[in-house]
Amino acid sequence: MNRLLSAIPVVLGITIIVFLIISLIPGDPATAILGSYATPENVAKINKDLGLDKSLPERYLIWLGNIIQGDFGRSFSLNRPVIDEVMERFNATLILSGTAFILCSFLGILVGTISAARQYTLTDKFITFIVLIGISIPSFFLGMMMILTFAVRLKLFPVSGMYAIWGGGDLPDLINHLVMPSIALAIVATGVVARISRNAVLEILRQDYVRTARAKGVKERSILISHVLRVAIVTILPVLGLQAGFVLSGSVYIEIVFQWPGVGRMLVDAILKRDIILVQGGVVFVSICYVFFNIAVDVLQRVLDPRIR
Amino acid sequence: MIDFLKIVAKNRLAAFGGILLLIIITLSILAPILPLKEPNITNTADRFMVPFEGGHILGTDHLGRDLLSRLLWGTQLSLAVGFAAAFIAATFGSILGAIAGFYGQKTDNIIMRFIDMLMAFPYILLALAIVAALGPGLFNALIAVALVNIPFFARNIRGVTVTLANKEFIEAARLSGMSNFRILIVEIFPNLLPMIVIAMSTTVGWMILETAGLSFLGLGSQPPQADLGSMLGEARSALITNPHTSFVPGIMIFCIVMGINLFGDGVRDALDPRLKKGSLIRPLPQTIYEGGDTQPQPSTKLLSVQNLSTQFHVNQDIYQSSNDVSFEIQEGECLGLIGESGSGKSVTALSITSLVASPPGVIKKGSVNYKNQNLLALPYEELRSIRGNKISYIFQDPLTTLHPLHTIGDQLLEALQAHDSELSASESISKSKELLKSVQIPNPDNLWDVYPHQLSGGMRQRVCIAMALINDPELIIADEPTTALDVTVQAQILNILNSLRKERKLSILFISHDFGVISQLCDRVIVMYAGSIVEEGPVKNIMQQAAHPYTSELIKCVPQLGNKEHALYSIPGNPPSLNQLPEGCAFANRCKYKQDQCLKESVPVSSKDNRSYKCFYPVGGVA
Repeated sequence: MNRLLSAIPVVLGITIIVFLIISLIPGDPATAILGSYATPENVAKINKDLGLDKSLPERYLIWLGNIIQGDFGRSFSLNRPVIDEVMERFNATLILSGTAFILCSFLGILVGTISAARQYTLTDKFITFIVLIGISIPSFFLGMMMILTFAVRLKLFPVSGMYAIWGGGDLPDLINHLVMPSIALAIVATGVVARISRNAVLEILRQDYVRTARAKGVKERSILISHVLRVAIVTILPVLGLQAGFVLSGSVYIEIVFQWPGVGRMLVDAILKRDIILVQGGVVFVSICYVFFNIAVDVLQRVLDPRIR
Repeated sequence: MIDFLKIVAKNRLAAFGGILLLIIITLSILAPILPLKEPNITNTADRFMVPFEGGHILGTDHLGRDLLSRLLWGTQLSLAVGFAAAFIAATFGSILGAIAGFYGQKTDNIIMRFIDMLMAFPYILLALAIVAALGPGLFNALIAVALVNIPFFARNIRGVTVTLANKEFIEAARLSGMSNFRILIVEIFPNLLPMIVIAMSTTVGWMILETAGLSFLGLGSQPPQADLGSMLGEARSALITNPHTSFVPGIMIFCIVMGINLFGDGVRDALDPRLKKGSLIRPLPQTIYEGGDTQPQPSTKLLSVQNLSTQFHVNQDIYQSSNDVSFEIQEGECLGLIGESGSGKSVTALSITSLVASPPGVIKKGSVNYKNQNLLALPYEELRSIRGNKISYIFQDPLTTLHPLHTIGDQLLEALQAHDSELSASESISKSKELLKSVQIPNPDNLWDVYPHQLSGGMRQRVCIAMALINDPELIIADEPTTALDVTVQAQILNILNSLRKERKLSILFISHDFGVISQLCDRVIVMYAGSIVEEGPVKNIMQQAAHPYTSELIKCVPQLGNKEHALYSIPGNPPSLNQLPEGCAFANRCKYKQDQCLKESVPVSSKDNRSYKCFYPVGGVA
């Protein structure tokens, strides 16, 4: 509960920062919106409609008040309320990023642990090599290569989109479309998690309590799982929280490459169309969701580690 | 600096990364003078030529522009933008961090709050918001990427500054009347520089990738100007028909980022002292044994350690930790093992069941005869069935030796179930609780679901003793079990051990550096110095009259209650370094009675009655 209250200043800070950045737009938004229709009367009217004739703090408070009531303004390029569009798109982003996040957490920890437990063997070297490639390849390039290989040449998965245009829309169809983008998105994060897991496991293997477990005659496998991994997960958890941000960020590229109808693609389109209100709403909404996600990670950390309970 | 480069060069991967980077940077810098075609001349008749067609080494793109030329110019642009972003982020981030760390208090609070806010964003959203405000364009993308990375620098540099600001030389500068601003510039900044450079080298690859990413999205460089990202973005529409236009910039980005990663890892490893010490190497479940199939001498005793030599191999250095150590423990006997820290007593104790961290530990030779088998050469599964079952350990610091995230109850049950999987759950629990009572824990139920950090040191050590006893072992090896405890608790623990020993007819190998503790508990004692046994015999006799000068010095170290004239004594000098033991007696340079002979000849073992010692000139007329 306290943790939730502590989110309030962070959320406020996020709104202030976004508001300030957006307000610093060079030039006149009204002119940008109206384009060649920018007669002085029209400009004045738009300014009044958008509340741009008021002072900065006033505008911020009005905007904040609207947000609290769930009103993120109206997108002029789509001509619909920002919140409706964002919610719809965020759903798609959540499916993609969520899958990638789960994938990178499990695979990363698994691969990192195996690598540490087999340190300096061929397996370890092979994993380290793959991880190195994984963290070096830009996700958008990887996505393109995957489309070329698995969709165009091997025809295993659809080229792009979230659902098939004809006869799609059910869960198997979604999964079929989800495989490639989620893997492309997960690869970099998996590499990072694997590296950190490997180091964490190596560090923990040297601890006195692992020696105690060995002196007790506990089997190596249970030492690795119940003694080493148990602690490793607690140390890796904050890294996973951080990785979630990277996965969410990476989803922007992946959504473009795979034509996934998510928030990222919406934001890029909105920027290119100069639909500032949509950008503003989307950024604030997703950032606030991310803050709450990190709180959840924090709470989980407390549950798993009795020392900081 | 040259040493540093040598270490990096030794790491083959890092060297490969460095060379790859160097080649790419050189080529991109040379782009203006290389005989390249114009990068921006379109010729739609020549569009989508494959590599080597029509004199285009890498082919042409959708407007018929030469790809090789565009690649090199694009690389130059991408690298320049990435480095510029890193430089801007480093400058502003470091200034903020240094000010926050140096001035502290309110300034620190405000700056760091602001930084925390920035870090609460998923980074790309912040970058997108900035680009949205400033409009698409390479320069704006550069600013966005730089701004987003400021928090990383600010945090790192603040941390370093805080530690620096509390150092003596800063205090001295203050006292000499330097202004805060001057201290910051003259004293602090030069010390921050290496840190800033390292932070830059770890993030520059990232920033190249990020600006390329924004360009890929169409928010960075605008046509006809092209960096690697926008080249890839433009090529995407022809991905299926003409994939080579995508490969060219994509593989270049990959090479740059990989080069930076490899080189950066090499640099980090070279700077990380832990890697030099080899302390990130996984210890094996069983110490490496090079004694082959050494057959131990037959023995009627419970345990017989024979000619045990354990070494540590760290890089090229060999540290001889125990050298030719032999001793025996009878059933029901309590044998003390005493020596200063670093004398090899713990290593000897851990070697018995191959628990020495390995690598770097290696048992070079010797054997441990337990029931006519050599423990050191046992296959792992057989060794495991003895560890904690027939031979169990109590370690020094119960806070680090108990697992922090498991309850006391679970840890006890685990010890029990490791060797007896058929015992039912309720039987296991009642047996564990009984044992807790026998180590004088009055209310085992209250302790059952508690974590180690919630207990006092004395309670923790009782739990450890109970855990060591749980499978009714024949031998307990107690490695300084009372050293981490305060004196009153020490006495309680010793009493518990003493009564348990008599009740259960336990054999104990008790390790300590304190003759006072040894004399309370042990029947016989072994004195170790610099990896070798220097004296052995019944505790009573030795306490009355030690033969080896080292032993008598150790006895002098025991504080005597109520004797004011007996000030706390410590042995002058330090033990010799274990990787270069002197010829002759290892103790000679600290010995009051040394003769020339002691420095030259190796000392034989002399035995008399039930005592033995390793000294040419024993003290107190023992000889």
